[in-house]
Amino acid sequence: MKKKITICLIIFTISSFFFIDGKDNQVHGFSNQVVQHGATGDDVIELQARLQYLGFYNGDIDGVFGWGTYWALRNFQYEFGMEIDGLAGQEVKQKLEKASEFDKTYVHEQIQKGKKFTHYGGMDKEKQTEPSPNTTNQQDSQDGDAGQQSKQQGNNQQDQNQSEATEEDLEPTAVNMPQGFSQNDIQIMANAVYGEARGEPFEGQVAVASVILNRVESSTFPNTVSGVIFEPRAFTAVSDGQIWLTPNDNAKRAVLDAINGWDPTGEALYYFNPDTATSDWIWSRQQIKRIGKHIFCI
Amino acid sequence: MFRWTLITLLSIAVIGVSVWGYQEHQEKNAILIQAENSYQRSFHDLTYNLDLLHDKIGSTLAMNTREQLSPQLAEIWRLTSMAHNDVGQLPLTLLPFNKTEEFLQLMGDFSYRTAVRDLDKEPLSDDELDALESLYEASGDIEQELRKVQSMVLNDNLRWMDVQLALVNNDEQADNTIIDGFETVEKTVEGYSEGKLNASMMGTSSKKDGFSILGDKKISEEEAKKKMRSLLRIDEETELTVAPTGKGANVPLFSGSYKQDETSGYIDVTQNGGYPITLMINREVKESNKSLHEAMQNGKDYLSKLDFTTDLALVESNQYDNVGVFQFVPQYEDVWIYPDAIQIKVALDNGEVLGFVAKDYLENYHEREISEAELSEEEARDKVNPNLKIQEHHLAVIEDDMGEEVLTYVFLGTLNQDTYKIFINASDGSEVRVDKLKQAEMKY
Repeated sequence: MKKKITICLIIFTISSFFFIDGKDNQVHGFSNQVVQHGATGDDVIELQARLQYLGFYNGDIDGVFGWGTYWALRNFQYEFGMEIDGLAGQEVKQKLEKASEFDKTYVHEQIQKGKKFTHYGGMDKEKQTEPSPNTTNQQDSQDGDAGQQSKQQGNNQQDQNQSEATEEDLEPTAVNMPQGFSQNDIQIMANAVYGEARGEPFEGQVAVASVILNRVESSTFPNTVSGVIFEPRAFTAVSDGQIWLTPNDNAKRAVLDAINGWDPTGEALYYFNPDTATSDWIWSRQQIKRIGKHIFCI
Repeated sequence: MFRWTLITLLSIAVIGVSVWGYQEHQEKNAILIQAENSYQRSFHDLTYNLDLLHDKIGSTLAMNTREQLSPQLAEIWRLTSMAHNDVGQLPLTLLPFNKTEEFLQLMGDFSYRTAVRDLDKEPLSDDELDALESLYEASGDIEQELRKVQSMVLNDNLRWMDVQLALVNNDEQADNTIIDGFETVEKTVEGYSEGKLNASMMGTSSKKDGFSILGDKKISEEEAKKKMRSLLRIDEETELTVAPTGKGANVPLFSGSYKQDETSGYIDVTQNGGYPITLMINREVKESNKSLHEAMQNGKDYLSKLDFTTDLALVESNQYDNVGVFQFVPQYEDVWIYPDAIQIKVALDNGEVLGFVAKDYLENYHEREISEAELSEEEARDKVNPNLKIQEHHLAVIEDDMGEEVLTYVFLGTLNQDTYKIFINASDGSEVRVDKLKQAEMKY
């Protein structure tokens, strides 16, 4: 009895996949949000793919609305006689949908497999993607789930994998980064912040990240993030190896905030924990404020 | 029998432990030597670079031909930067060695500015020659002091690891030769930097007094609290900790923070005038239901309700996971004022503002008399590299290398796949700055 119910359920879910899937492809893929420069996500993937289909966009379909996408969109707006504002609103989306095709299954499959691909109109899709499937570790773990499910359901559904590929919201393959920083810079700063201030409130973590950045700016310290962090005796977390703990998301968010301009310290260059500070010299610095356990000073 | 087995076992254990201990000791020593060596290398590099620096400045003084002068100054600039780098690798962070580092930086700035200048049109002024001469003198003194330290290090086999230990155990500081040596260097430099060097070398000091918008009217802590509560969107019940800043702050502030459940907030309000300068609200944002565009509108509305200019132009918008971060600059009659930038962060789950920074705005804002652009847009456009395809343009006030505000034409253009922002001075057509705009980075 139980088995029957589960089978029924499975069949139901599969059919619902198809139902949603079909609807998505035919009626409208875009959500009704206005997409603007800097956005990430599914809408952007579709926008890029459709612009590429029409030959306006030549960059990677990565799901991040960067400058390339922006100019492509503006050119499209110009060619189609619309107001040129670089925003993908309703009118743009409608015109795009009319003028182009979007093979969602194909695009999502390529993204999921981590292939380099294009989506130009009037060209054989086989030729627009890498021939050999390059299996990466990441994609293996993603496929692992799908594989297990299809085993449970037996091999009665061939299209199963495909429909599932289109169903999940895909992560863009790229990320926005503040000017002048890379993901690795942020990672290394997050490590330092986590090692130094993981017990501190969020603002205390942003503050430590700000001190690192203020030092990079300052003339009396090294001019790179790694130079500042690994300066001998600069941070206790570096000396005792706590910097190599894995930072949590909070630390990363704190670093990102600091890079984006939030500086709760008031341009401090030093900080210390008054309970454990051994140096007299550090007490002689002019203090700005106390955040959490740390006193910040210049 | 039992006794003998015990003795054998114990002796094996003792031998085993001593072998293990000896190996550990060897390993530790090897690592210590390696660390020591890298300190030694940085130190000897430093003295070498300062030697060279002193010589180069000397030969610059004797030079007459301009063709030689520029490369020589560039060389000085390179050497200061290398010396600076060497200092950064020595365990001096807790030692007051700032003056020397500042001095190096000053020297670098000076040589860079004069090296890139067209010395045919604008030769070194008498002031600058004076500055160069005192630089020569100062670098000579630093060189000598460092030489002394170096010879002591070499003769007495002094180790940098001991410096590190001495600095950790504060009390021993008095009798560490290296530390003493560096303190002497520091004092030497102090004598110079307080003298005439500073004024003539720094040119115009780049930062005006700033924060002129704040005025003299102080607000009380109670008023500040009221303001904070409304900005943090918390009621009277929530506990809010407020503290004034200490002496080191460049602007006196009240800082407030609160924590409730999973949400925490932090805010800085200026004591003069009571302007909010930083706001941070931290909570988990799990999903994005709002578009970035809607978030931007929210942010703009929010800022216009605060005491800032209402006419704002969007310079940058970025989505990071589920939050949008935007940078706005005020706009006066189509001129964008870049120095007065405001950053704002909006959550994409419900569109609420999670923070903003108005520090640049409050620091730089003043009544500006924006003169008419002398060049037409067409003329300025001709100054841009012809390979660039210009897509967009506007007028803007920006700060140049010297920190002076200049009126510029801003052109956004593309070259192959990349987008560039080019700032052309609106009065003389010079290229003030060219920025390559960042593309999204691939996930690794």
